[in-house]
Amino acid sequence: MSAEFDIAETLDVKGASCPMPVVKTKSAIDGLAAGEVLEVLATDPGSMSDIDGWADGTEGVELVDQTEGDDVYTHYVRKTE
Amino acid sequence: MGTDTSDASAGEAQTEDVPADEASAEDMPADEAPSRAELAARVDELEDALAEADDGGKKMSIIATKGTLDMAYPPLILASTAAAFGYEVTVFHTFWGLEILHEERSKDLKLSSVGNPNMPVPNAVAALPGMDRVTTKMMEKKIADNDTATIEELLETSLDMGVEFQACQMTIDLMGYDEDDFYDGVTTGVGAATALQDMAEADIQLLV
Repeated sequence: MSAEFDIAETLDVKGASCPMPVVKTKSAIDGLAAGEVLEVLATDPGSMSDIDGWADGTEGVELVDQTEGDDVYTHYVRKTE
Repeated sequence: MGTDTSDASAGEAQTEDVPADEASAEDMPADEAPSRAELAARVDELEDALAEADDGGKKMSIIATKGTLDMAYPPLILASTAAAFGYEVTVFHTFWGLEILHEERSKDLKLSSVGNPNMPVPNAVAALPGMDRVTTKMMEKKIADNDTATIEELLETSLDMGVEFQACQMTIDLMGYDEDDFYDGVTTGVGAATALQDMAEADIQLLV
């Protein structure tokens, strides 16, 4: 899918299961500047709901998009502040 | 808030001497109405008080009491996830929960084969000597095969994320452990009152 935003960094958490996709996403987001987008590649099906819920309940981040490919779930999270 | 109440009662006391409509007229002549600057100062004062009472962030307090391999996971998973949400997290470990913080023993947590009807073996067999070792090995293999984080990984990750792990001093003494037995960064020398204070201030409190 053609993204309408620049990806600043990609985090590969393929293979990792709960809670690691969320925990590592949080750590990676901490290293970004405001406005930058993090791409997260996961194989954990639970990451679809978990990263959505995490982004919703956490200040300073915003879920831009989520896509489901061949066994890989891709999440785009923007650091807003 | 206490100040507001006393102001209000003082106002009421005054109206006993003066008729109500006269009192309000006398209390608030146009030239004595609070100025914009006074109101702004009062707003600042109240905002400061609110910020102090709120103390900013969200807090979670977990009491971890179990030390079996399966029961070591929930407090650590929830603690690390809450830290990712921006919660200030405290986990108070007491009784068998202390095993999770014990650097050596945490790497050798066991799964009980009895008392769990979901185990693939009947209790009569599960109670045989050595069966806990078998079920623990089975569980460890599942954890490795599934790429589930180990207890040590979860603990180190949580510590990195700023989770505060507390080891109950009474249980340390009871078990004959030494403060040096625990992971670096674990807080010792705390008791139930500390845990209670954390729970009182927390938005989420859990006993695991």
